Amino acid sequence: MNRRKFLTFMGTAGVVSALGTAKVAEAGVHTFPYYDNGYGVLHDMTRCIGCRQCEAGCNKVNNLKKPDVPFTDVTVTHKRRRTTTTEWTVVNRYDLGHNEFVFRKIQCFHCNDPACASACFTKCYKKNPDGSVTYDDTQCVGCRYCMVACPFYIPTFEYEEAFDPIIQKCTFCHNRLEKGQLPGCVESCTMDALTFGRRKDLINIARKRIAENPDKYLDYIYGEHDAGGTAWMVLMPKPKGMPQIATGNAAEAAPAMKKIGLDTHLGTQPMGELTYGALGTVPMIISFWPVIFGGAYGMTKRREAIAKANQEKAVAEERQKTLETVVQCIEKEQGKEAADKARAAMTAALDEQDAKAEKGGEDK
Amino acid sequence: MEHKIVIPTKDKMFNMGPMLSLTPGNIITYILLAIGLVVTIVRFTQGIGAVSNLDDYQPWGMWIGFDLLCGVCLAAGGYFTTVACYVMGMKQFSSAARPAVLTAFLGYLFVVIALLYDLGHPLRLPYMFFFPGTTSVLFEVGLCVATYLTVLFLEFSVAPCEWLGKKFPFLLTYRHWIEKIGILLTIMGVCLSTLHQSSLGSLFLICPGKLHPLWYSPFLPMFFFVSSMAAGASMVVFEGMLSHAGMHEYMDKKHLSQSAGVTLSFSKAAAMILFSYFIMRTVDMLVHGNVVYLFSSYGMWWLLEMFGFVLTPAFLYAKGSRDLNVPLCRAASVMAVAGIVLNRFTISMIAYNYDLPASDRYFPNLPEIMVSVFVVTMIVTAYRFICYHMPILYEHPDFKEHD
Ligand code: SF4
Ligand code: SF4
Ligand code: SF4
Repeated sequence: MNRRKFLTFMGTAGVVSALGTAKVAEAGVHTFPYYDNGYGVLHDMTRCIGCRQCEAGCNKVNNLKKPDVPFTDVTVTHKRRRTTTTEWTVVNRYDLGHNEFVFRKIQCFHCNDPACASACFTKCYKKNPDGSVTYDDTQCVGCRYCMVACPFYIPTFEYEEAFDPIIQKCTFCHNRLEKGQLPGCVESCTMDALTFGRRKDLINIARKRIAENPDKYLDYIYGEHDAGGTAWMVLMPKPKGMPQIATGNAAEAAPAMKKIGLDTHLGTQPMGELTYGALGTVPMIISFWPVIFGGAYGMTKRREAIAKANQEKAVAEERQKTLETVVQCIEKEQGKEAADKARAAMTAALDEQDAKAEKGGEDK
Repeated sequence: MEHKIVIPTKDKMFNMGPMLSLTPGNIITYILLAIGLVVTIVRFTQGIGAVSNLDDYQPWGMWIGFDLLCGVCLAAGGYFTTVACYVMGMKQFSSAARPAVLTAFLGYLFVVIALLYDLGHPLRLPYMFFFPGTTSVLFEVGLCVATYLTVLFLEFSVAPCEWLGKKFPFLLTYRHWIEKIGILLTIMGVCLSTLHQSSLGSLFLICPGKLHPLWYSPFLPMFFFVSSMAAGASMVVFEGMLSHAGMHEYMDKKHLSQSAGVTLSFSKAAAMILFSYFIMRTVDMLVHGNVVYLFSSYGMWWLLEMFGFVLTPAFLYAKGSRDLNVPLCRAASVMAVAGIVLNRFTISMIAYNYDLPASDRYFPNLPEIMVSVFVVTMIVTAYRFICYHMPILYEHPDFKEHD
């Protein structure tokens, strides 16, 4: 096998994985069941005043550590904050330009087909029928791939904990929902900026609000389709002076959405699906590679065997030729009888030598 | 040059002299190991936060970017060489196989060891077998790395058997069996390598919003695999250079006579792979309409990576192998290895979270880097120990292949 062939062989692997990746586009299966009746929350930013009451509510119902800065201090919203191990939700202020400031609440979006769950290699996350995405720390290895995977930077990790560090994130107050109570944050919002309900109803509510006030809202429900759809969705005000966009057009909404820190380029597929094409090549490689390489090995062996046989044949022919020449000389000098004798003796001697050589080789 | 290969005998199993003498190299090794030990203690008593700059924005930093991504990639010489030598029957490389398998084995072993630093619950690593998250790329990586490490251990275990065989004769029977299934191990090795080399790239497919578009591509798995081949070939050349400098006297005639040929042929292979890698990534960049990004600082970085650390070594390799210029090939290997490390760093750290404001970006801190240095030092030390005791760079007189 020469180098070129060898490289061609190795190149096949690349092609196989490329084929697998190409499959992504048509993959449409959901890994996690889609619960049609799941709950969600709609955050209407036009109603949100950044009072941090939801933060306080979350802190209280989940018995989180009390913050150094009291919840009544709203200036912290001017900072670019994110969720932490003890703050599962934060409200931040965003500048839309033209002296227009708005507030957005950040917490887990409770995706329909969550990236975090698809990424976890020990199945710590669960999408529940009530819409919540919950995490169970008992089998968490602490690899933090879920944090890499979450497109919204939501899960947080207890880096300071030496022996039992776990992931912390908003639970949609799953335990409260089970008891028929509202999530802590929703309950404590005095502005009615957080609307709790079935996800499909929320989408209708949002549409209605946009239709009633087309100048007030940007015609885009963030989370309706983004990243495969999310249970928590966001309605944002249309920035002053910006023309209305085509309903639900992600590309047109992008510049405004970017101002409030939301990415509309994630696509409408669940994030996990981006990896399934690559994962799909696994059975292909497992079934094809051994055949390809086994075949290559067989060819190599066969070629070696042929080369060896040819060489042996050449050696034997050479031997016979030399022998005949010698015998012919003897025949000329001493007659036929002597020649036959000499031939027999020489063949025997050579065979014995060969046998010995072979045996010696085996001993080694 | 006179060879002073010390072949351990039944009465004198150990040859620790070269490792214990107080040469500058050894002293540096001791110091690095001591520092590493201290950081290790802090890590496992105070937590990850105490020894690293990792945070909620950057859950994977130096330890994944270097120890895992680069470690696995640079250990690719193992499958690359064994396939060339055993499957394709390129006998002229046989002396390169053992060092390559040894590097791969140590590489993977220490990848797993380094991973224990990074995991919040290192002891729970086996949980992935009990609660398999089959939708996760990480699961596939974990499974492949675990299996491949076993395969590499079996492939490598021939060497310690030859070392200890005189004392424990039953090892020779075991060695015999491993020799018998050798080809099976090689083929398993290449399958597993293909799978997880490419899956390391697939790990980042899930976060298109976080990785800069110049590096994010649906073809990431393919790029990772192809560059791992280039890394495999380059590492054989690179390592050959290092061990020639440090362990020349442990090489036998066969190794020495083959080594120039190995360097030149692997250089030629590396040149071809790097050229195709360059073309693939350029086409990918054009097809995805990423030209606009070239005129930013990330674009500069991309051009630097592609022209400085992919195309340049490719040309150097091509020229070196055509002119039979071994030093040039070695220079190219240094650049190629640096280029691959650069690429993995870029994907896991530099171009990751590219959209975040600078204040939220990550830079590894000193203890974090020291852990990585510690791991590399341990690999080098283990490599030296093994080469001083086991037939890696020479053939054991009792187990010579007949040719
Ligand atoms: S927002 Fe992030 S953490 Fe929450 S469900 Fe979606 S992927 Fe998971
Ligand atoms: S850190 Fe825990 S929950 Fe997150 S992916 Fe790893 S094992 Fe799963
Ligand atoms: S749903 Fe519950 S856990 Fe989540 S932010 Fe609201 S109060 Fe906190």
